[in-house]
Formats: sequence, structure tokens, C-alpha cells
Amino acid sequence: MGKRSGNQLQNAFTTRGVWKVYGEGATEVQALRGVDIDIPAGELVVLLGPSGSGKSTLLNILGGLDRASRGDVLFQGRNLAAMTDVQLTRYRRDHVGFVFQFYNLMPGLTAYENIELVTEIAGNPMPADHALALVGLGDRGDSFPSQLSGGEQQRVAIARAVAKQPNVLFCDEPTGALDSITGRTVLRVLKDINEQLGATVLIVTHAAATADMADRVIHFADGRIRDIQRNAHKRDPSDIEW
Amino acid sequence: MTPLDRKLLRDLWRIKGQAAAIGAVIAVGVLLLVMMSGLVTSLDETRRAYYERYRLADVFAPVKRAPQHLLAELSALPSVAAVEGRITGHALIDLPGLDIPLRARVVSLPEFHAPRLNGFYLSAGRAPQSDRNDEILLLKGFAEAHSLQPGDTLDITMNGARHKLRIVGLAQAPEFLYTTAPGELMSDDARYGVIWISMQTLAAAYDLEGAFNEALLSIGRGAQSPAVIHAVDRLLEPYGGFGAYALADHGSNRFISEEIASLRATAAAVPPIFLAVAAFLLYIVIFRMVEAERGQIGLLKAFGYSNLETAAHYFKLILAIAAGGATVGCVLGVLAGRALIDLYLLYFKFPFLIFQLDPGSFIAAFSVSIGAASAGGVTVLRRVFRLTPAAAMQPIAPPHYRPLGNVARSLQSVLDQPSRMVVRRLTRQPGRMAGAAGGIAAGMALSVAMIGIMNGFNQAIDLTFNVIDQSDVSITFNEPLSDTTLANLRSIPGVIAVQPARHVSAVLRHGVQRHLGVISGMTTNARLYRAVDSRMAPVPLQAQGIVLAEALADILKVQVGDLLTLEVREGRRPTLRIPVTGIAQNLLGSPAYMELSALNHALGEPNRISGAYLRVDSAHQNSVYRVLKDMPAVASVSLKQDARTALQTQMDRGAGAMRYIMMAVAGIITFGIVYNAARIAYAERARDLASLRVIGFSRSEAAFVLLGELALVTLAALPLGAVLGYYLSFAVAAGFSTDLYQIPATVQPVGYGAAALAVIAAATLSGWLVKRDLDRTDLVLALKARE
Repeated sequence: MGKRSGNQLQNAFTTRGVWKVYGEGATEVQALRGVDIDIPAGELVVLLGPSGSGKSTLLNILGGLDRASRGDVLFQGRNLAAMTDVQLTRYRRDHVGFVFQFYNLMPGLTAYENIELVTEIAGNPMPADHALALVGLGDRGDSFPSQLSGGEQQRVAIARAVAKQPNVLFCDEPTGALDSITGRTVLRVLKDINEQLGATVLIVTHAAATADMADRVIHFADGRIRDIQRNAHKRDPSDIEW
Repeated sequence: MTPLDRKLLRDLWRIKGQAAAIGAVIAVGVLLLVMMSGLVTSLDETRRAYYERYRLADVFAPVKRAPQHLLAELSALPSVAAVEGRITGHALIDLPGLDIPLRARVVSLPEFHAPRLNGFYLSAGRAPQSDRNDEILLLKGFAEAHSLQPGDTLDITMNGARHKLRIVGLAQAPEFLYTTAPGELMSDDARYGVIWISMQTLAAAYDLEGAFNEALLSIGRGAQSPAVIHAVDRLLEPYGGFGAYALADHGSNRFISEEIASLRATAAAVPPIFLAVAAFLLYIVIFRMVEAERGQIGLLKAFGYSNLETAAHYFKLILAIAAGGATVGCVLGVLAGRALIDLYLLYFKFPFLIFQLDPGSFIAAFSVSIGAASAGGVTVLRRVFRLTPAAAMQPIAPPHYRPLGNVARSLQSVLDQPSRMVVRRLTRQPGRMAGAAGGIAAGMALSVAMIGIMNGFNQAIDLTFNVIDQSDVSITFNEPLSDTTLANLRSIPGVIAVQPARHVSAVLRHGVQRHLGVISGMTTNARLYRAVDSRMAPVPLQAQGIVLAEALADILKVQVGDLLTLEVREGRRPTLRIPVTGIAQNLLGSPAYMELSALNHALGEPNRISGAYLRVDSAHQNSVYRVLKDMPAVASVSLKQDARTALQTQMDRGAGAMRYIMMAVAGIITFGIVYNAARIAYAERARDLASLRVIGFSRSEAAFVLLGELALVTLAALPLGAVLGYYLSFAVAAGFSTDLYQIPATVQPVGYGAAALAVIAAATLSGWLVKRDLDRTDLVLALKARE
């Protein structure tokens, strides 16, 4: 499966001088301290770093879940930092999918309904059962989250995220709550999404081994980018050491 | 159905217990509102229709004896639409098996036509034939109380002469919606009757051939009754007019007007209090319920749902609970109203009375419920919307607990860790805890106030019949007699004490305030019936002065020392300017007292009495009654015990019965609040409690952290509830009081105790219910759940 050729040279995101500061005075925490980065469209990018290094914060800002304290965040040439609340909502609705560490499924809805929750409001969604089939759960649509294992719940969460056919898929510690076998399955799904749908995939993790499957690995430390590395030879998720 | 709507339904199902508790609180608040305003509408509308249909007069003009031709002059007066002259009088009905004769009013029927004014509703039998002088109609209520039917005959004493008359029909009439014997306030079907009889018979009995002693007038729409009354009084003056009065001053109408006014005031004052408490609770509960959904709200926003869409989703949840509760409340309100309206029929003698809904109450009920619930939801949503979705989805950061203060630190050595958790949580979130305590206190305040009202009703009866009236029997005479009659009464074997009385009707005026009432002349050292002040001490009657009941002083807006104008309607009809020398505590009626000889002097009729109070040896009471029955001068005999029973019965019905409903409602609200407080506390702490269990706490130890908090909040609520209840009881008592009787707000220590016990019982039950859930918690699931 080839990537969408037109996007290859274009950047999905460009950030310049992005700071994120929580609190003030004595309790001030600088989560991001001037981040400049270009993320090419269609790549699978892993953001790596220890807890508190700022990687999740950057993910939230890129995903429109949070706002930078200062600096510019450009998505397809538009500055997220300058968007109104309504525009940010629109952006999340049309362009972005999320996968969280703790799945964040609606406990009151079945797997299928959890996906419908998104397909209902998205502009160009795929059918919910396609999304489920994509993550290998075509037969579990009627199950409630409480009836699914952790790995299954995470796959439903991924299906929910990709069902709207997003330009970008954000994954915050997607395997953090999973065992190694389930974790590999989930990573395999993410890789397939990236390759089959051409979506840019950003994975935040502190598991260094995950980096081996990425096109590009961004190392975080103390709210700054320490290093960006390109993988000449990506490894298959099934070969990843856990 | 959209997935969000399915989520909504499942969420509702998940929180069904709590939703039901909230819904119940709303429902009972709405129930009261719908029921009470419906009762007001029903009584008001039915009365209007009844009066109109049976042409009730607008002006009543009693006169000693006026010639028939005067009717033509009366009908020629400006604004007068119709006139009817009739004869009315007092009569006694002697029923076999009764020691004392029963009092009745006789009313004449026109000879050749149906009454132009003050018609009657024939509920059984037929109307008397014009040429039969021995046929009568009897008031339906009286007939039923004594199992009398058309075809039965009655022994009736009119003006001292006995007649044997045959009942041909039973009737009801708008002027006798509420019948009371003269001088009494409470209706008692069995003790006071109304008899309709031909004009001819009455003219012969009362020596009024070619004359009438009451003129009825209806006036054109928009005409002013004072002008007509003035003109009528001038015309009747030479014939011994007693003073015409408008329908508003007519006894029966006044009673029902008072009842409606009181009900309207209660409907305006009390349900809003209940509804406000329900609304407050709803606000807190919805606030916390939506707050618990914070993560899901953030998630919806992360998916790209707009604020409006997210808010709409939660609004639907709120709406489902609030509207559900309001709907149930409306339905129950209609059912309760239907059940209660039958009680009103027991003493307001409408031929028909159908519960009618007041559409306004529906709208008010729904808007208050939904408004309060939405306010709670909107407050949280606005707060959550201010957060970025990323922040909203994060578990709420552990609150900043500060080390305990100095005093608390010294406690530290005493407290174990779980106790410290309880204390820290209370001190960490004082606003939230105050909200919970405030809610419970509000519920308790309702109970305190309602218990106070219960006491008030009993106190009103006790004051009236044990303190003010210490007689056993009161009698009235056909006309004022010489006070030598007292000696005759004293000489009856079995009579222990006698106290003279003189009752005269008079108009009391102060500035623009006017009241048509009765002045009771009493001796200064009265023992059997007396005026008492708020400390239950006798109020002295002075030779120059008048003592007014508190309610009457309020009506006339007078204080001690003010001058009052009295227009006496009897004797030589003097007009007096007289100072108010005292205010009497009187919870029943609005009497005015004067010194007997001063009153007689003003009337120009020295040494006259119109009645007497008697204390009777209970061993001889039947023989005393028999003697009284045979005294021709005695117009009526009334037994205090009967009057007391009548009052008790009336207070237990109608508006009085309302207090039982409100008591129940107060209980439901109190429980609802306590239960919700417990549930919310549990929901907020489920994870902490599971963690405690995981690290080795026993079920009871974990439960202590939760229930200890509930216990402390409940304890804090008790004194607050007592204070709130104290003030609330005044508001509720004012709502229940009418011009005719005042219900004092009296909360006794036992009342506070009972309300506190009810709250503690509710808290214990709630705690047990929550503990049961806590014991069933799956530890792993509880720890995994983000909520």
C-alpha cells in the first residue's frame, strides 16, 4: 500500500517557539520550553521521553485539546494557536483522531455505538463496522466496554479514532496499559492505519522499543526536543522487543 | 436514535436510584403546588357558578318589620336589578331522643313564584305547594345527619309556638354553603338546620302579615354596593333596619371566601418553600452529577462535539429527571386534589364540586423544576467548558490538603488515619460540605415547621376551649332579658356557675377600616368565658373601653389607646367613640369585648342580658338540658364539647388536612436530600474507598470514612435545621391562618427532637443503603473506573 503521494513532501504540523506554562509564581511548571518541529504528513512519528518531559503536552496542543501559552502551531498552514474555540472544535471534528492510554470509551455505549458517536458528526466517515473490522473486532460490535479486555477496548478506541478518516491520529501511550502480546497487536493496527489510510500517526510513549517501528523519532527531555532521529529501517511491530 | 441518546438512556438507568430520589423530591414539591392551586381554582369557580345559577343576592338587608309596599321603593333605587322580600327567623327543632333542641333558621318561600333571589337546589323530593302551610324543605346536610327524609314530620318551635311540619323535599342553597349557628364559627350539620317554609306560615308565626323582615337585592354589574347599602339603610331606617350588608359580609360567603383566601395564600406561600428546597437540592445534585461526567464531557469535546451539542446532551438528562419528576408530581397533585376536594364537600355544601386544574400551576411547576435543574447543570458545564478538553479529561487533580491547624494538630494524636481523612475532607471542601448540610437542614426545617403547625392546631383548640371558654353550656335568649333571669338559671339543680353575656352586632370602624362584628358584653370578673392576653392572664375590662382580639386589631389596624367608632345595630342604635384598652389573644374568630354594664348603658338598656355561660355538674347535665329545653325564653343551647368536636373535625379536614400531606412531603424531601447527599459522597469517593480496601482495610473501616463524613454533615445540619425551622414555622403558620382562626407558630423542644430524629433516621437508612452498595463493590473494577 502506498502513501498518499501529494502529502509526502508537505508538513502536517509546523511549530515555532511553542511554550506551555501551567500555574504561576512558585507553582509555575514549564511543560514546554520553546519547541520547534516539522512533522511531515503521512509519517508514523514516535514522541519518546521520560514522564514529565512534555511529550503528552505537545500532543494535546497539536490535537487541539489544549492551547500553547505562546508560539505558533501550524496545521496545513493554519495557526491552531490563533483559532477560536469553535474553530478548534471544528478542527478536532474534521481532522483529528485520538487514542488514549486508558481507552476512554463511553461505558454506557457498545463498541459499535462508541464508534457511531464519532461517525455521526464527522464529515467523511467510514461505516462503523468497517472501522471495527479494521481493528479485527468485527464480531464484537455489541459488546459493552466492561465486556471487553483491555486490548480489545484499545482497539475499539483506535477504530473510533480512525472511523472519521482523520488526517492525523494521535495516540497517547496507546499500549501503556496493555501486556506485550496485546500491545503488539495494537501497534500493528496503528501501523496498518498509517499505511492503508495514509494518516499521519503520532504516538507518545516512554517505551523506547516502540520507536523502532517509526519513520521518525522525536526525543523529549525537560520540555524541549533533544534529538530527532530518522529510521532508515523500520521494524515490524511483531519484531519489536517489549 | 443517536448513540448519544442511547448513552443518555443507559446513564439514566445507571443512576436510576438517585434519579428517582431527585424526581421524588421534585414530584412532591410539584404535587403540593398543583393540588393547592387546583383546589383554589375549583372552589372559586364552583362558587361563582353556584352563586350565579341560583341568583344569590348582592345585598342583604335585615329589618324588624317592613311593609310589602316598600319593596317597590327598594327596586326603584338606582343600580338595583331585583328585589325580594322574605321572612326569616330562628327556630328550634325538637328531635325525639335528643335532650337539647337543635337550632335552625327558617326562611320563607314566595307564595306564587320561585324565589327571584336566593334560589335553592332541590336535591330530593319536591318544593312545597303554595296552598299547603305544613310543608317544608329541609337543609340536606341536617336531614342526612339525622336520617330525615321527605315524608317525615318535625316538631318545630317558632317564636315560642310549636308546629308539626312535614318534610317534602331536601334542599341546598348558595347562601347556606357553610352554615353555623349564631355565635359559632364551626359548621356542624347535625346541630344547625335550615327550613324553607311558605311565606304565609312564617308571617303568621312571627306576626309579620303583609310585611317582611329581610330584603334581598341584586345590583347591576359594575354598581357599587356601598351606595346601594346606604340608600337601602335610609329607606329601612324607619322600620327598624338592622343595617344592610353586602355579600362579602354574609356569613356563609365570608367563611368560604376566607377558606379560599387562606388556601390561595397557602398555595402561594407553602409550595414555593417546598419547591425552593427541592430546587436547591436539585441544583446541588445535578451539579455534582455532571461534575462526575467531567471526563466524558472532555472526551466528547475531543471528538469535536461543540459546547452546544455537549450541553444539549446533558440538558436532556437533566430534563428527563426534572420533567419526569414534575410530570409525576402533576399527576399525583391531580389525584390528591380529587381526594381532598371531597373533604371540602363535607363542610362546604356545594351540590357539586369538581377538581379543576389550574394550568398556571403546571407551567410554574415545570419551569421551576427544569429551571433549577438546568441552573445546576449549566454551572458545571460552563466550568468544564472553560477547561481545555485535555484538562477536562484528566482526573481531577488531588485537592490541595493543608496540614491541620493548631487546634486540629492537637487533635491529631487522638485521631486515627481514617478519622483524619474524614476531617480533612470536611475542612478541604467546606463549600461542598456546607451545601450538603444546608440541604439536609432545609429538609429538617420543613419537618420542624410542619410539626410546629401540628402543635399550633392543637394549641388553638386548647386555648379556645380550656383557657378562654371554661363553661360547659352557653345559651342565648330569644330577646334580651332582665338580668334577674340569672337567678332562675342558678336555681336549676346541677348548675354550678352562671355568667351573664350580652351580644350585640355592630360595625367597628377605624379610619377606612371597617368590620361588621359582634360585641360581647361581659362582667369584669368573668370566670367562665374571658379575654386572655398572650401570657394567658385575664385582660381586665374597663368601664370605658373595648378589648379586641389580636386578629380584629390587625384588621382594623388599631393599637391600645386608639379610638374606635362603634355603630351598634341594636337597641337605640348608638354610635360610640371608644378607646381600645386591651388586645386579647384569641385564635378563633375575631371577637370584641366590653364591660357588660357599660355596654348596656350605651345601649340605653340597663341590666339586660342576651345569653349566659353555664358550668354544669356532669352528673346532672341531662336534667339541666331538659329544664333549659322547656324554658320558652331560651333560643338556643350549645354545648362546648360539641363545638370543640366540630372544630377538631373541621381542622382535621380541608385545609387542616393539608398539614398531614405537607408533613409527609416534608419527610420525603428530608429523606431525599439525605439519601442524595450520601449517594453523591459515595460516588465521589468510590475509588478512594476501593483503594482503602485494597491496602487491607476491612469493609467497616472503609465504610467509616464515608459514613463518618455523612454523620458529621448530618450533625452539622441539625442545629442549622432547627434555626431555619424556627423561622420557617412563622411563614407556614401565617399561610395556614385566616381571619377566622389563627394558627400560632409554636415549636416545642419535642418538635425539634422529633425532626432531628427523623433526619437521623433518614441518614441511618441512607447510610445503610450506601454501605450495602459499598460492600458489593468489585474492587478491581472500582479502581479501574475513572469516575
